[in-house]
Amino acid sequence: MGKICISVLFLIVVLWVTPFWAGEVPLGLPPVPIPSDNPQSPEKIALGKRLFEDKRFSGDGTVSCANCHDSTKAFGDGLPTAEGIRKLKGTRNAPTVINAAYYEAQFWDGRRSSLEEQAKDPFVNPIEHGLSSHEPILETIRKDASYHAQFRSLFGIEPKDINIDHVVKAIASFERTAISGDSPFDRYLYGGDKTAMSESAIRGLEIYRVKGRCQDCHSLGQTYAIFTDNKFHNVGVGFKAIEPRMMQIANAFRKAKQEGKDIDKSVLGDREISELGRFVVTLRPSDIGGFKTSTLRNIAVTAPYMHDGSLQTLEEVVELYNKGGEKNPFLDSGIRPLNLTDQEKADLVAFLKSLTSPQFANVALPTSMKKE
Amino acid sequence: MSREMTRRTFLKAAGVLTAAAAVPVGLVETVWGQKPGEKFTFAYISDPHITQIKGTEFVRNFERGLRKAVLEVNFMDPAPDFVVFGGDLAQLGKKEEFEHGLEIMKDLTVPVKWVIGEHDYYLDLGQYWQEKISPLYYSFDHKGVHFVVLTSILTDDDWTYRRWPTPEERMLQMARLDNPNGSPFMVKREQREWLMNDLAKISHETPLVVLSHSPLYKIFKPWNFWTDDAEEVQAILKPFKNVTVLHGHVHQVLYNQIGNIAFNAFMGTAWPWPYPVSYSQLPNAVPSITVLMNRADPFKERDGTGWGHLDVNGGMLHHYELWENTPRVVRVGGKMKTPEDTAYQNPAERILPQTHY
Repeated sequence: MGKICISVLFLIVVLWVTPFWAGEVPLGLPPVPIPSDNPQSPEKIALGKRLFEDKRFSGDGTVSCANCHDSTKAFGDGLPTAEGIRKLKGTRNAPTVINAAYYEAQFWDGRRSSLEEQAKDPFVNPIEHGLSSHEPILETIRKDASYHAQFRSLFGIEPKDINIDHVVKAIASFERTAISGDSPFDRYLYGGDKTAMSESAIRGLEIYRVKGRCQDCHSLGQTYAIFTDNKFHNVGVGFKAIEPRMMQIANAFRKAKQEGKDIDKSVLGDREISELGRFVVTLRPSDIGGFKTSTLRNIAVTAPYMHDGSLQTLEEVVELYNKGGEKNPFLDSGIRPLNLTDQEKADLVAFLKSLTSPQFANVALPTSMKKE
Repeated sequence: MSREMTRRTFLKAAGVLTAAAAVPVGLVETVWGQKPGEKFTFAYISDPHITQIKGTEFVRNFERGLRKAVLEVNFMDPAPDFVVFGGDLAQLGKKEEFEHGLEIMKDLTVPVKWVIGEHDYYLDLGQYWQEKISPLYYSFDHKGVHFVVLTSILTDDDWTYRRWPTPEERMLQMARLDNPNGSPFMVKREQREWLMNDLAKISHETPLVVLSHSPLYKIFKPWNFWTDDAEEVQAILKPFKNVTVLHGHVHQVLYNQIGNIAFNAFMGTAWPWPYPVSYSQLPNAVPSITVLMNRADPFKERDGTGWGHLDVNGGMLHHYELWENTPRVVRVGGKMKTPEDTAYQNPAERILPQTHY
């Protein structure tokens, strides 16, 4: 008994004094998974933030990570699909960095398994940062004396030894601080504050759990919610465009992949290949048109929606799921008509709006996204 | 076609194969495929149980399972040489169910080798099947492998012809699980004699694949995971060096080795059965070498179902395309004395079942 008390006391003290970067999380979130080979530290996070915002790491000096993952726009960009150098348009909606630390796989198709690996790709994608290799980034850093001390103290290396792995480790460390919970929903469900959500949102939570079937994929836990099952589902969005030719497109891609073609360039540069979704990673036909279940936290401030940014409002999203997705041969088995009433739809939207964390409550939506 | 194939010519061929196609070590000793370049793939779809509700209305879930399997087999690249259909196209043997099932199956872009299941048989005792779909038992040769199709779901004459007032009643009784008035499956003497004659023409070195609906061994009688004269069929297959029995019916990943015979079951496209081990009141003989299918997520209606394909190349690789789950590959043949899951045979590697929902 005494032992337990001491342990609890110890735990309380540790939690109380431990700064956020070492494991304290907002209400409603589990501990942030930190890879053992990339421990967090305030210095590394600061370096990561600087690298994240450095526009020099692009073909024309205009694009940093923060262009598409803008902290003032809830780490998104408010655009349907991401925009890289020379305003080149990609095929997919830039997902928010917020809580990306909890995903088991990164990108809409999960083609990278960690934030570190994910961070390498946009630099060298021709329509994002547009570099031909990571070398120009390393050159810039090696020439910029203001970076040297940080790399030296964090990684114990001289400028000439800096490589891309050091760079992405720092960026990933920074991204692991972009987490947010403590929304009205969290205060209601996990904090015991029964007044934190409106009556409508409370009814919406029930729809979310039962009739709307939302939580089958956008998971809620007993003590926290990351709003994803970390799986990939075909809900049919954007699939019509490739359906008549899906077999040719899939087989052409399969052949190209086996011949060593770069997946990252294919999916962001070719709209048809992009719509193959998870298939590009697994080559399993059942993964055709499957995209990652994305978090719903801060969903009200991260419009537009879906992997291609094709839906502008939460009302449209609810309508999509209510009708059972867009019919196609690979439609996920869990997606089926819901028969929600207008009131139930409104309640569900009210619930989704209760998922905004306080620090993003004032994020302005792009004018085109505003309803009313 | 493969009768002249001997072990010596095979080993020579296998040597070339190893060099040319980088066959995984351990697969090259078995006699599969007649000569280099004769490797091939065939797909396996089973147990769609197309169920008529009324008129043109069918159970959506089962229908979609079959459509999905057909679509995915068509996506295979390179295409398989053929598809084995493992039985139970219909739920209650109705003409409407057959017609609807065939309508879906006709989208397959490769030929089908048909095996009949009890749900296809007990309404009209195989009449529709034989007229419109396939003979009940037959054999064929393909690239050095001899294939035999058996009807393994027969019962004794009394049960079949005299016990029930109507064919519909007979079908319903057969479709019932844990039925005290049921009857165990059999291949029966007529087919066993045919099998002996058919195999008399084949060299014992020739790899043999037997296709049946029920397992040609005994697992659990109350669910008819069972063929009553299995031992007699196994005895006929005994002289052959490499025998694989592929079957449906059990709707789950299941594999076994009895003497010279490897057994492999496939999932259904309709629904997964639990393993008999989950029914603790009665003993069962679920093979201990089977790494059970881990149905991780009860919310997913397709989890635990799927289809498969087999790569024949110096041995056999059985690919289980488990929908909404992790695909599995079981290797049969070669130095392996028993079928073996290529990733999960070692208990330490297994995916643990979900315990909290």
